[in-house]
Amino acid sequence: MYAPYNDSMMESVKKVEATRAARMATEPRRLTADEKDDLLSKFHPDYNNDSFDEIKVGPNKGQRAPIELAKMLHSTSRLVTDKVDLNKIDYDVDVLVIGGGGAGSSCAIEAHNAGANVMIVTKLRIGDANTMMAEGGIQAADKENDSPVQHYLDCFGGGHFAARPELVKRLVTEAPDAIKWLNELGVEFDKDTDGTMVTTHGGGTSRKRMHAAKDYSGAEIMRTLRDEVINLGIPVIEFTSAVELIKDDKGQVAGAVLLNMETGDYMVAKAKTVVIATGGAGRMHYNGFPTSNHYGATADGLVLGYRAGAPLLYQDSIQYHPTGAVYPSQILGALVTEKVRSVGAQLVNANGEAYIHPLETRDVNASGVIRECREGRGVDAPGGVQGVWLDTPMIEILGGEGTIEKRIPAMFRMYMNYGIDMRKVPILIYPTLHYQNGGLEINGDGFTNAIPNLLVAGEAAGGIHGTNRLMGNSLLDVIVFGRNAGKKAAAKYKEVTLGSLNIDHVASYDKELKDAGLETGEVSPMLLPKYARHER
Amino acid sequence: MEEMVNVYFYGKKYTVPAALTIQTAMEYAGYTLKRGVGCRHGFCGACATIYRIKGKNELKTGLACTTQVQEGMYITQIPYFPTDKRTYDINDLKANQQVMMELYPEIYSCIGCNACTKACPQSLKTMQYIAYAQRGDLKKCAEESFDCIMCGTCSVRCPAGISHPMVGLLARRLNGKYIEPEAKHLTKRVEEINNGDFDAAMAEMMAKPIDEVKDLYNNREIEK
Ligand code: SF4
Ligand code: SF4
Ligand code: FES
Repeated sequence: MYAPYNDSMMESVKKVEATRAARMATEPRRLTADEKDDLLSKFHPDYNNDSFDEIKVGPNKGQRAPIELAKMLHSTSRLVTDKVDLNKIDYDVDVLVIGGGGAGSSCAIEAHNAGANVMIVTKLRIGDANTMMAEGGIQAADKENDSPVQHYLDCFGGGHFAARPELVKRLVTEAPDAIKWLNELGVEFDKDTDGTMVTTHGGGTSRKRMHAAKDYSGAEIMRTLRDEVINLGIPVIEFTSAVELIKDDKGQVAGAVLLNMETGDYMVAKAKTVVIATGGAGRMHYNGFPTSNHYGATADGLVLGYRAGAPLLYQDSIQYHPTGAVYPSQILGALVTEKVRSVGAQLVNANGEAYIHPLETRDVNASGVIRECREGRGVDAPGGVQGVWLDTPMIEILGGEGTIEKRIPAMFRMYMNYGIDMRKVPILIYPTLHYQNGGLEINGDGFTNAIPNLLVAGEAAGGIHGTNRLMGNSLLDVIVFGRNAGKKAAAKYKEVTLGSLNIDHVASYDKELKDAGLETGEVSPMLLPKYARHER
Repeated sequence: MEEMVNVYFYGKKYTVPAALTIQTAMEYAGYTLKRGVGCRHGFCGACATIYRIKGKNELKTGLACTTQVQEGMYITQIPYFPTDKRTYDINDLKANQQVMMELYPEIYSCIGCNACTKACPQSLKTMQYIAYAQRGDLKKCAEESFDCIMCGTCSVRCPAGISHPMVGLLARRLNGKYIEPEAKHLTKRVEEINNGDFDAAMAEMMAKPIDEVKDLYNNREIEK
């Protein structure tokens, strides 16, 4: 036995095995633009209006947001009732970075190297972030047959032509330098013996430009960045969240009110520039989906930026990664990296059919899995869940024995832990909530237009990926826009003179909520998901 | 009925569903976790845990997020352990044996007990990568330690007070920066970009009407 699958699952596995040789002889057809649109509109959760609410206050009033996000935007600030003395300043810095993931760390390193006095605050530990969990890789057009322009086309088209062109341009143009910078910090990319980067396809790429460090790509990047932050002596205030931005009397951002997560005490951080690098929102469980995200992904930065007056962009565009683990229950929602498909596994339904090309973009492939399950071609698994197969034994046939352990050791380990040998049997997957395509709106230099000296970097920023992000463009985005924010903030703070500090926007936002008759009974930002079960 | 098991968090008994991990079982019991939790999927090393099964002598280690609960588990988390990271300027170092001797001399006090290897939730050959570091074989140390999630469980168990994950990390950074051959195509591409070689083509692309861009996208050739 290679897996603890039940009889009906094993029935289906036999069908997958029976068609494997024939499937391997032909590549599944790519869908036309019209077929993709049709699939998306019928099955992608973004098209399900029931899972959205209208935003009733603030700059995006009248637009829609996922119900759970709208609720946070409609909830009360902690500082409506809790009082903080803004004259008692605990930290005074040039650059305050909120968030200790890939974007925050890259930002802090660059700001420090440019001579700024920079500090990171993070509600868990530095490195507790989605960056750490990115498995598959990072894109950069550094091969002979590729160019930043080709990368631009893939990114812009994959995002349904909705991205901000100037942001895409920065992303793709600064990509090779981002890889070089990481490599020079000591990140170990997969290379051939002559130093050539091993690159593969991701969904929606037209050139093989996915660089990886096995399937620990994000972890390898994050642990290196964290080490560098510590080496440089940059202060990192852990287990401390930002709960509101502070402004001055000129309306400039002037710091943030911090909350010690362990003691419950508030502190004041004054800063000439502030970078929101708080990451994503998977732990909000939009649409009831499980998530691949880390524990702290609760859209905090979006809430505190919005409350201070910074508009959101594409807040209603969510990425469901097509291949989340669905069985066994212990790993429900965990990411099964796209790299599994990059190195050869097909998506196969209960009848053993490769019903789609495995490297369509993520939104298309997620919709495809949902369609197969809804139309009766999904596989039932214990616990009332459904999914389709990811035919992993193909990888060993294509790449030779040992390929799985060499190229995707984290996946192999995750499944072996539950007795599933993915070299021998396919694994069952279903889409998992993976990424917020939108976020706070930024200009080409990474600043918000609404609030002077406030920058946003990483997953918290919107507009870089349009309404669908490609694999490998998020690790890239956190590095490129993180570094950019660090450099820009370090250049900017020198011109900034702060007036007197206030959080008047908190009271006026609260008045707007009251005037709109909104009372959710919750406080926001959420900070931690409510997983503790208290009712018995 | 869902199968339940009895477990003990910090010595206090809770009855929890048998299908849960230690992490989700703590939440089931009513804990709001702040420490000892991060990625929840085995990548970040936040959730190092030590447990003993009632009636058994062996002390076991694991990650709270990937270890399923069992009947009679006595559980304690180690959300923080004072590992000792030395600071350095990576640009000033050389990839040789000297580096380890200077920054982590305590690795030479290893008594070969293998407790680190036995404790590793990633099943790494931890003692072996420390041995490579002692010998100055940084490449081997980097390879052998690559899947380390820096949970620190090994260091908790080490009688010599070695900070294994920090040693592995140093070896990997040195290997990535100095030992692995340079990616020449990358260096070249960065030069081309800095030189402005793609500026005209990019400006042209960005100036195209949207329908033309759509056409280009939908008909672009995909590398085999
Ligand atoms: S080597 Fe040590 S720190 Fe690394 S994963 Fe194993 S036990 Fe954890
Ligand atoms: S636990 Fe410490 S002393 Fe024992 S083998 Fe490992 S490194 Fe050596
Ligand atoms: S929570 Fe990240 S490894 Fe367990």
